[in-house]
Amino acid sequence: MNKITHIKSHITPMMIDDIDTDIIIPAQYLTQTSQSGFGEFAFARLKAEPDFVLNQALFQNSRVLLAGDNFGCGSSREHAVWTIKELGYQAVIAPSFADIFSNNAKKNGLLLVTMDATQCQHWATTATKKDHMCHINIASQVVTYQSTSHHFDIDPFFKWCLTHGQDDLDYLHSQLPEIKTWEQRQQKLYLDIFGGQP
Amino acid sequence: MKHNIIEKIWQQHLIKSNSGFPDILGIDFALIHEVTSAQAFQQLADKHIPIRHPERLLATVDHSIPTRDDREQVHDPIAANQMATLRNNCQEHGIKLYDMGSGHQGIVHVIGPELGVTQPGMTLVCGDSHTATHGAFGALAFGIGTSTLAHVMATGALLMHPPKVMRVHFEGELAANCSAKDMVLHLIAQLGVGGATGHVIEYTGDAVKSLSMEQRMTLCNMSIECGAMAGVVAPDETTFAYIFGKPHAPKGQQWDLAVEHWRSLTSDSDCHYDAITAIQLDSVKPMVTWGTNPAQASHIDDQIPKTAHSHDALAYTRLTGSDQLAGTSIDWAFVGSCTNGRIEDLRVVADVLKNNTIAQHVTMYIVPGSEQVRKQAINEGLDAIFKQAGASFRQPGCSMCLAMNDDVVPAGARCISTTNRNFIGRQGTGSITHLASPLTVAHSAIHGHISAAMTNTINQQEHCNE
Ligand code: SF4
Repeated sequence: MNKITHIKSHITPMMIDDIDTDIIIPAQYLTQTSQSGFGEFAFARLKAEPDFVLNQALFQNSRVLLAGDNFGCGSSREHAVWTIKELGYQAVIAPSFADIFSNNAKKNGLLLVTMDATQCQHWATTATKKDHMCHINIASQVVTYQSTSHHFDIDPFFKWCLTHGQDDLDYLHSQLPEIKTWEQRQQKLYLDIFGGQP
Repeated sequence: MKHNIIEKIWQQHLIKSNSGFPDILGIDFALIHEVTSAQAFQQLADKHIPIRHPERLLATVDHSIPTRDDREQVHDPIAANQMATLRNNCQEHGIKLYDMGSGHQGIVHVIGPELGVTQPGMTLVCGDSHTATHGAFGALAFGIGTSTLAHVMATGALLMHPPKVMRVHFEGELAANCSAKDMVLHLIAQLGVGGATGHVIEYTGDAVKSLSMEQRMTLCNMSIECGAMAGVVAPDETTFAYIFGKPHAPKGQQWDLAVEHWRSLTSDSDCHYDAITAIQLDSVKPMVTWGTNPAQASHIDDQIPKTAHSHDALAYTRLTGSDQLAGTSIDWAFVGSCTNGRIEDLRVVADVLKNNTIAQHVTMYIVPGSEQVRKQAINEGLDAIFKQAGASFRQPGCSMCLAMNDDVVPAGARCISTTNRNFIGRQGTGSITHLASPLTVAHSAIHGHISAAMTNTINQQEHCNE
């Protein structure tokens, strides 16, 4: 995971509620076996509309996506997070996020900032000017835009991974001795479904 | 201390709880399929981490495979590559793969239960959001992303914070023309698509206890559509009877020990829940969605609610606020998926189609959830009924649930479907989806428009409420 402590960028306002994973990356484009190659199909259906925010030159190179409620609902496909990252985004701000999407975001160093709907709406209306920069300070958990600041919650472990560029799999892997102890306990109950034989 | 069933399962699988860190939760079993696993194998290969317990993994192909009779011929080169990649990965790491023609291939959430792999009290994961289906057995089963799957393959555990628990209590009795599908669509319409985010739902009430395992699976399956990470029904005699004798179920003395443990998996009376919702079933009628998310559903003969929020959805589904769903003409009917692709669902459909033919302008696909389901349907003569009615009975897979293969509803066409998602374009670019129960789909196919069975003529399909 890349180390990130600050994000500074103008905002892409996409104020649609319930943006589901099928909107982010439709199922017919899931056929890659790698983690990349999805960006060009991102938001395919919405992109067909000329007015869609991602078609506007103003929002190219933006690192912060501002979205509606319940962002990332639908399927568990991590491709949705890979797609958003491939578009260059480092953070998404929204009133709420779907569970699996949030977990997947953490695994990929995508910062999700929860902020109330009225505030999101307010920022979205001013976001149409490129020179309005948004600053996210991960250490102090503050996002500042124009003259308003918002303090956000972040999972302490994820914060640590993000600001140190650490991979959570390495941490989990270092816990193997304790995992083994649990397995011995659990063995009787479930762990021999195939009788140890694949 | 009083505990609910989720807390009990969590405690049993809690390996480490360390403040400032997520919990380390032991995972008993993981199911994998061709679309979301390749990158997990790659991540481990890149880090030179071996797979710790290949015997606690089970793979199948379901999402992108064709459902034609000559389905071994995969014409889409990228889908063929996904399958080849899965086959190689399974072979290289000694993972059991139920491939096409093995006799047990099927949708992951259909084969887990029918093999007896899904057991009460276990933690089970899969790179698929409808893993919630397995909660019908009193398992804590939930969908994970590909990176988390890599964690499970590397360690047999994952990092997670304990979920909140919501109790959904069904009161009263369900009408005879309704099923678990109508119960859950009603619930989702009430809670909204994000209404249970952050929660696991435990379904309770006599109406739930009296459901068959297959119906319980339908109920738990769609928990994710109101945002819940999982749905659970406490195991009981119905559960044990279903598992008994399945290929991978415990045997002999092991069985007795298992059942003894499983019986302890119920929520204590007066235990804590983070949220409680009660649903009155007496007023529930057959449900059909009218919009572009599963919460946009109403009773089949109610007027579609007209709100500012529904404007875009109705523009897409080409309905207006004053329309009634019943009577809306359909072009396609689909029966299948991990929601309603099991043998009971097919029996319900066959019961309606028997001595009937589907409307001339309707194309109907019936796709069994697994090779076992297909075999059983053929043994019972259901295939002949489907054929005589004019429906296409196909090979097992996800098919038109997500239209990753050739099974696609054409742009502008309207499909009534037993699946779980009516998102824009889910069944094909420009397609319109109405989610409903197998019974409602079957009746609609015959009539050529959305229609349900009348309550008092449930088995006399010639009298229909239109
Ligand atoms: S049937 Fe549909 S919902 Fe179920 S696993 Fe397949 S694609 Fe997912």
